[in-house]
This record gives sequence, C-alpha cells and structure tokens, in this order.
Amino acid sequence: MNAVVTVIGKDKTGIIYNISKILAENNANILDLSQTVMQDLFTMVMMVDISDISCDFQTLKEELDKVGAGLGLSVRIQQEAIFNAMHSI
Amino acid sequence: MAYTKNVLETVRMIEEEKLDIRTVTMGISLLDCADSDGERARKKIYDKITHLADQLVPQAERVSTEYGIDIVNKRISVTPISLVAGACSDSDYVEFAKTLDKAAAAVGVNFIGGFSALVPKGFTRADLTLINSIPEALAQTECVCSSVNIGSSKLGINMDAVQIMGEVIRETAQLTKDQDSLGCAKLVVFCNAVEDNPFMAGAFHGISQPDSVLHVGVSGPGVVKNAVARYPDASFGELAEVIKKTAFKITRAGQLVGTTVAQRLNVPFGILDLSLAPTPEIGDSVGRILESMGLEHTGGAGTTCALALLNDAVKKGGIMASSSVGGLSGAFIPVSEDEGMIEAAELGSLTLEKLEAMTCVCSVGLDMIAIPGSTPASTISGIIADEAAIGMVNNKTTAVRLIPVIGKELGERAEFGGLLGSAPVMKVNPSDCSQFVNRGGQIPAPIHSFKN
Repeated sequence: MNAVVTVIGKDKTGIIYNISKILAENNANILDLSQTVMQDLFTMVMMVDISDISCDFQTLKEELDKVGAGLGLSVRIQQEAIFNAMHSI
Repeated sequence: MAYTKNVLETVRMIEEEKLDIRTVTMGISLLDCADSDGERARKKIYDKITHLADQLVPQAERVSTEYGIDIVNKRISVTPISLVAGACSDSDYVEFAKTLDKAAAAVGVNFIGGFSALVPKGFTRADLTLINSIPEALAQTECVCSSVNIGSSKLGINMDAVQIMGEVIRETAQLTKDQDSLGCAKLVVFCNAVEDNPFMAGAFHGISQPDSVLHVGVSGPGVVKNAVARYPDASFGELAEVIKKTAFKITRAGQLVGTTVAQRLNVPFGILDLSLAPTPEIGDSVGRILESMGLEHTGGAGTTCALALLNDAVKKGGIMASSSVGGLSGAFIPVSEDEGMIEAAELGSLTLEKLEAMTCVCSVGLDMIAIPGSTPASTISGIIADEAAIGMVNNKTTAVRLIPVIGKELGERAEFGGLLGSAPVMKVNPSDCSQFVNRGGQIPAPIHSFKN
C-alpha cells in the first residue's frame, strides 16, 4: 500500500534529510520523489510504500507532523487512494 | 509531473479551500424495536443504536486520518419515531427523544435525526402524539433532530399539519428562548421529504431502507468558489464545465470515504449526497460562489439564475463520480450557516422573498432563517404552505427551518453557535394569513401533465 507525503513551506537546509529519516526509522520505503523550489517555496511530493511500516499509520503521521512543526513546514501523509479517486476515472 | 500537480491540487483543496466530508450518517431501522410497553421499546432502541453505531466514530476518524481529509460530522438517522412508538400507549414521546439523545451521546455522534412523523395525507394517533411532543423533546435534549413531512407531489399538502407546525415552531422557540430559540434550528418541516438524507436536521431512516446503511454527505463550496474565481471572463457554458469538473473531484473523494467507512463498519453503502453545504467559516460559503460569478451581493438580480446554473452543474459533475447518488443533492442555502448569505442579509440584499425564489432552483428550502420573535404562528404556517407548494408542484424536496427568535426583532442578531452559526433577524411580510391557514383540510395533489 502506498501513501503520498507532501511537504510545503519555506526552503531550508535538511528538509529531505529530516523527513526521510523518520520514514526510514519506521520502515517506510521511498518509491519516488519530486521537488521544486519556486521563489523560496519548497514543494516536495514523495511516494512511499507503507505496507511494512513498523508503527501504525497514525503514529507515522504524528511523527511527520512533529518534524514539520520543527522545520516550520506543512507535512502531510495521505493514502494514495484519495488522489487516484479524485484525479482518475 | 502530472501526478505531482494532481497531488498538490488535492492538498490545496483540503488545506486552503476547506474541502471536507461534511458528514457520514449511519441510518438505522428501529422498526423491530416497536413494543406495546414504551419502556421496553426504548431499551430496545438504545441497545440497537449503541450496538450498531458503536464503531461509527472511531472508524470514521481512522479513515479521515488515513486519507488526510476531515470528516466534520458523524451522525445517525433512525426510523421516524412515530412509526416505532405507535405500538405503545404512551401519551407523549419525550422519553423516546431522551433515549435517542442518550444513545447518541454514548456513541459520540453530534446529531441524531428521526424524531419525525410523515403526515402528507393525514395523522395517525402516533403522528399527532409525536408532533405535540416536539417542543418539549427539543428543549430537553441536546442532539436530537426532528422533522415532519407535511406534503408530497403525489398526495398534496396536509394543511392541518401546516397549521399545527406553525404553533409547534413557536412553542419550540418559546421553550428554548434562553438560547435564541435554538430548538427551532433542529426542526424541519418538509414537502417531499427523502428517505436517505444524511444531512441534519432533516435526516431520518426511511422504511424502504435496509436495517442499517451508511450515507455520506460531501461539501466543498470553497473549492467551487475558487475554481469559479479563476475564470472571471468565462462564458456560462465554460463556467458550467469548470463547476462540473470540480464537483466530480469533490464527489469522488466523498465516494471513497463513504465506501471505506461502510466497509469497515460492515454495513452497506447507501448514498452520496451531492449537496454543497456551507459553514459559517470564511471561505466555505455558497453565497460567495454566486458572487464570484459576477454578482455584487447574493440576493440581487441574477441570483436565482446563478444558483440554478450552480445547482445543475454540481449534480451533473457529481452524478458520474458516485455509484449511488441520493439524499437532497443540490446547493444548500442556510442563511445562518453561510458567511456570504449572512452578510447579504445584513446589507438588506437578501430577503425572505428572494430566498423563496431561490428555493425553486436548488435544495432545500427556507433554511436557518431567523425571523422576529413576535411573528404569529399563522404567518409561519403561511410561509410553510408557500414553500410546500413550490415543492409539491415542482416535484422537488422543499423544507422550512425558521427560527422565530423570542425577544428579538428586526435588525437584531441571533447566535446559535458552532456549525449552526448566527443570523440577522429578517423581515417577514406582516400581512395576516390566519383565515387562509385556519381553513384546514387537504390541498389536493397537483395534476402531473400539462406542465407549464
């Protein structure tokens, strides 16, 4: 099962490092990643395999929220199904 | 890249445009709880609701976390209580309302609907007992919602019920006058009520429904408003396309959430209600969509036409996105729950008469409108009769949820709190209609051909 992590906020050092650290610690495998910086606004979309995560989804979400709060960024994790439902027939 | 764009669009809808799932509503049949002993019937009702809906709130919250989209309300609708309580000899049904309230609190839902009676063609003893119990029931409970269906396109309008409901609304207002007559915000009078409506206060679980079912009501006025605002120069045909595409996406999110929650609860998925439901929050207003189409204020010339376009495009966009569309499905225009409508009413641009015209082209009716506390019961009945006539003749659901705010008059403001919002007290035509309303009897069903 896949989930999508989106990170939006002011660019700074170590965003990818901090986010991927939490994912690695909880055994979430990064499948794909795209990121851009436009006028200082950092935007990253990450596809993550959460089939074998070592914690429950809620805990992973809370940990990512915590990292986001520390970096002053909005970090969301959502199951892929919601995007597929809304954007494909 | 296309995928990234889609992901960011969804995130923007949720974070900035307040896209949410307005409600998941579990419908529960109480027909098998009828008993000749009222006490026993109430125990069966409590046990059945708390058993079936035990996991509703936790499962809905889990799904909300997983998909990263808020489910604002978790609710229950039940079989109209007049059909269940009729088997017992109780002389009032306030205790049934209290039982529903207790069961709702036990499972953690914020509203339970179905303290209802269906009387388009006349009353049973139980219907009358229930209707007479409404004021006390709403005054003594927190989250019970009540509705009465007084007419239909097939049966006509029960004008005796219309007359009584004017009195019931006034009495409910009187008993809850310390909270700006809040009881009336939980009471809807319908024509052509639907059996699978997930939205309060008018939800009940119709007798054609299965034992239990899960309905979902989507929302998203903010998303539609921003989509419309991005095309200030689009022609109406193009505008309709923009709204349809947006409605499709919103509906697909609702369908996914609804079916997932239903699956987790192991109950059948019922319907998805396509209504655009506003909240008093800024950025979540149906009125503002109409204004973003090019109107200075909601209520001005062009409003009914703009609403007709919006309502139709939302349905066309949404209908393919769901396996089963039902409920009320249209744009709601509850004045106190819509920041744009509140402002338009305060400016004097939006009047009761214009709202009546708007109800001809959208769901559901004169909704959450504060009127002077001194408004006579007969005038309230007259307004109900007008609205019911629109529903009856046009084969659509119409409803009236008026709040005569006891102690407040024109220009003052009523505060209901939370999602119910606040509203300026609006002007009511003072002309006396008591002789008309007091005729009583049945208005015959309209002819269903020779449409003009």
